Amino acid sequence: MNGSASTVSTTAAPGVDDVAATSTTDVEHLRSLQRRRPFGVWFKDKGWRHVVGIAVTIFAIFPLLYVLSAAFNSTGTLVGSNALFSRIDFGNFVELFNNPARPYARWFANTMVVGVVTSAATVFLGAMAAYAFSRMRFKGRRIGLLSLLLLQMFPQLLAVVAIFLLLSGISEVIPALGLGSQLGLIMVYLGGALGVNTYLMYGFFNTVPQSLDEAAKIDGASHTQIFFGIIMRLVTPILAVVGLLSFIGISGEFVIASVVLTDPDSQTLAVGLYSFVAQQRSENWGVFAAGAVLAAVPVMALFLFLQRYIVSGLTAGSVKG
Amino acid sequence: MTDTELRQAGTPAPATGPDGSPGRPGHPRTRRRRFGPDTTKGTVAKIVLLGLVDALAVYVLMMLFLSESWGALAVSSAVVLAINWIYLRKGGLPAKYLAPGVLFLLVFQVFVVLFSGYIAFTNYGDGHNSTKDDAIAAIQLTAQKRVPDSPAYKTAVLAKGNSFYLLFTDPDGKISLGSTEAPLEAAAGAGKDSTGKANALDGYRTLTFQEIVANQQQILGITVPVSSDPADGTLRTADGSNAYQFKPALSYDAAADTFTDTDSGAVYRDNGKGAFAASNGETLTTGWKIDVGMENFARAFTDPSLRGPLLGVILWTFTFAVASVALTFAMGMFLAMTFNREDLRGKKVYRILMILPYAFPAFLSGLVWSGILNPQFGWLNQTLLGGATIGWLTDPVLAKISVLVVNLWLGFPYMFLVCTGALQSLPAELDEAARMDGAGPWRVFRSIKLPLLLVSIAPLLISSFAFNFNNFNVIFMLTGGGPRFADTDRDIGATDILITLVYKVAFGQGTGRDYGLASALAIIIFIIVATVSAISFKQTKALEDVNS
Repeated sequence: MNGSASTVSTTAAPGVDDVAATSTTDVEHLRSLQRRRPFGVWFKDKGWRHVVGIAVTIFAIFPLLYVLSAAFNSTGTLVGSNALFSRIDFGNFVELFNNPARPYARWFANTMVVGVVTSAATVFLGAMAAYAFSRMRFKGRRIGLLSLLLLQMFPQLLAVVAIFLLLSGISEVIPALGLGSQLGLIMVYLGGALGVNTYLMYGFFNTVPQSLDEAAKIDGASHTQIFFGIIMRLVTPILAVVGLLSFIGISGEFVIASVVLTDPDSQTLAVGLYSFVAQQRSENWGVFAAGAVLAAVPVMALFLFLQRYIVSGLTAGSVKG
Repeated sequence: MTDTELRQAGTPAPATGPDGSPGRPGHPRTRRRRFGPDTTKGTVAKIVLLGLVDALAVYVLMMLFLSESWGALAVSSAVVLAINWIYLRKGGLPAKYLAPGVLFLLVFQVFVVLFSGYIAFTNYGDGHNSTKDDAIAAIQLTAQKRVPDSPAYKTAVLAKGNSFYLLFTDPDGKISLGSTEAPLEAAAGAGKDSTGKANALDGYRTLTFQEIVANQQQILGITVPVSSDPADGTLRTADGSNAYQFKPALSYDAAADTFTDTDSGAVYRDNGKGAFAASNGETLTTGWKIDVGMENFARAFTDPSLRGPLLGVILWTFTFAVASVALTFAMGMFLAMTFNREDLRGKKVYRILMILPYAFPAFLSGLVWSGILNPQFGWLNQTLLGGATIGWLTDPVLAKISVLVVNLWLGFPYMFLVCTGALQSLPAELDEAARMDGAGPWRVFRSIKLPLLLVSIAPLLISSFAFNFNNFNVIFMLTGGGPRFADTDRDIGATDILITLVYKVAFGQGTGRDYGLASALAIIIFIIVATVSAISFKQTKALEDVNS
């Protein structure tokens, strides 16, 4: 585990490292050894890692600091935002919520509604499908799994033209489900609910021992009782991962949302913020930055909060492709 | 090293692995126990849910019946029957769990793809979006000329709800009301002013002069059909106080299926391409939808304003996808190796800070970077380079590099996380054994770790390729596809990838919408992605997993 790309040059170091992992006294011993090592040796072993770490960290967080600084700088223009943290006030945030032509609060609420409803439904539909694939044997099961694997290679946005025309056809019959309706958009998103999620969940469902189901069956449990009472409770981590990943995906989705939602009052953040900044990028910069910060905060907070689960979900997904 | 080990390493749950999964050889089906009977609560919930779904379905079917969409009605009825059959019959349990998800999948993923395939073979788009009959009516309505000796109709503008109406008083004093949707009708009981001009009507609000000015565009756009026959012409107003009669400048001859220009006498015939054309090749702008066969595909590769740029776009799409995967993977792997040390101080802090770009919404990243890289006002030129004017987003080559750097920023944390997971699942003995044999660190990485890692990470690299191949947000938010190619009048630029091109062709500003061509391009993307994934999945044998 230790020193994978290590360039350790002292002969003692590799052995010492191994022991160090097992006992605390040896860690102290190692530290005392380390202190005695000259700088060059330390740098070759570990110091360069810190240099890489600091450089990459700057690359990673600079744009985030930049947008944060621009949000709190009520100068408002792109040029004015260049002097980072030169002034801090809430002018942009006040401005953000006080323009009827730019209903930011509505956009925010719309994004939450569409995102939460879609990801909740996605988790539920995906879990049901994964339960069927994992616990039941039926004709077409293998073909079904294979088709899901193949279908997820083709994202929905490729068919955006057909989706637009289909919804405009639906609007002529049932306006509440057609163009301009968030319900219609949610339905479209649910078309992608099974794809990759079912596969991720299927792998996870298989790790729940079959003997639990069997025991419940002996006690006379129905399939719904097993599904809701046993399986769903044991797979909560993957439900959280799928829910969060689909929420992040949906809340940042632009192509389909921009085609379906035409009325500014029904738009999501991605569509609204883009149309707002695309026209006059440099004049509206400060207000846009404030909107971006507010839009990013909930997603980033959720992400960091559930980070451990997400990382495990990603790795599990990597096995399945 | 198998895939199973990786999943066990990365999964917090009790991992029995796929071997714990049912249905493997050695789990005979006959021994499977039956589920217990449904509970009363469950049955009630089922009946209520199914009832709600059916109620909604009946509403939808009625609306379809009223709008006389027979095809859709037949399909919808079949779906409703199938749903009821699935949930009401005994047994068939898998279908009960799969039906809702599969229904959405079939409509909004499978059907729309097939529908795209159909649109790709039509001329669907602006000027060609309905049937021939609709087109004929539209031509008669839009191509109108003021009748030379038309009397002046005194006009008042009325409003009801959100729509505007015109109230006319003709020279004989007859009063009538109408709007674009409502043909002219006699209006009784209208209030008149001193000149005898009708200016008020019960149930309607008369607009003031200021209101007329404020809604000028809408009011000038009102064309009131004189009768339900478009050939009779319309009434229009240019100032909100007087209206004149307009007649079609083109008269339609139903028997010969031709339009004749009432002035010049030029005859326009159906040219077989979904439009009316004169003998000199001039066509009327409103046409109708017809099947054009392979023409959209042919046009993509032969039309001079499209061929060159399209080849450039395809080439760049591949370059962008491959380079993005390679760069993010290289950086992620390098970082994973660098920080894969138990005893490195601050490791956790580095890790959290480095994955922040991954947590930041992707569509915002492109917009934020577009501000940083803005050639005139951006931070990079103004502050870091002291007022330079380097065209980070406007020079074709630099714009491509910028796009790649921004995508690297977005993508490396993911690869970092995944590579770290994969790296930690490698047994430490491998490392030691190789070193015992005298291999240096580079050699250990190159010949032992990398090949082992690739086994588990390769499927993920393919997914990453497929994702970046259609990475719309980065391109569209950062450069919008620009800078534009000089050798075409279309809105195609140096950083456009295929999917942004599809979007611009179908929904772009400026040029007319061309759904047929956009769908043809989307079909090309389908074919490319399918081919690439088929080849690479075959190689990595990722599909073996499914055979369990």
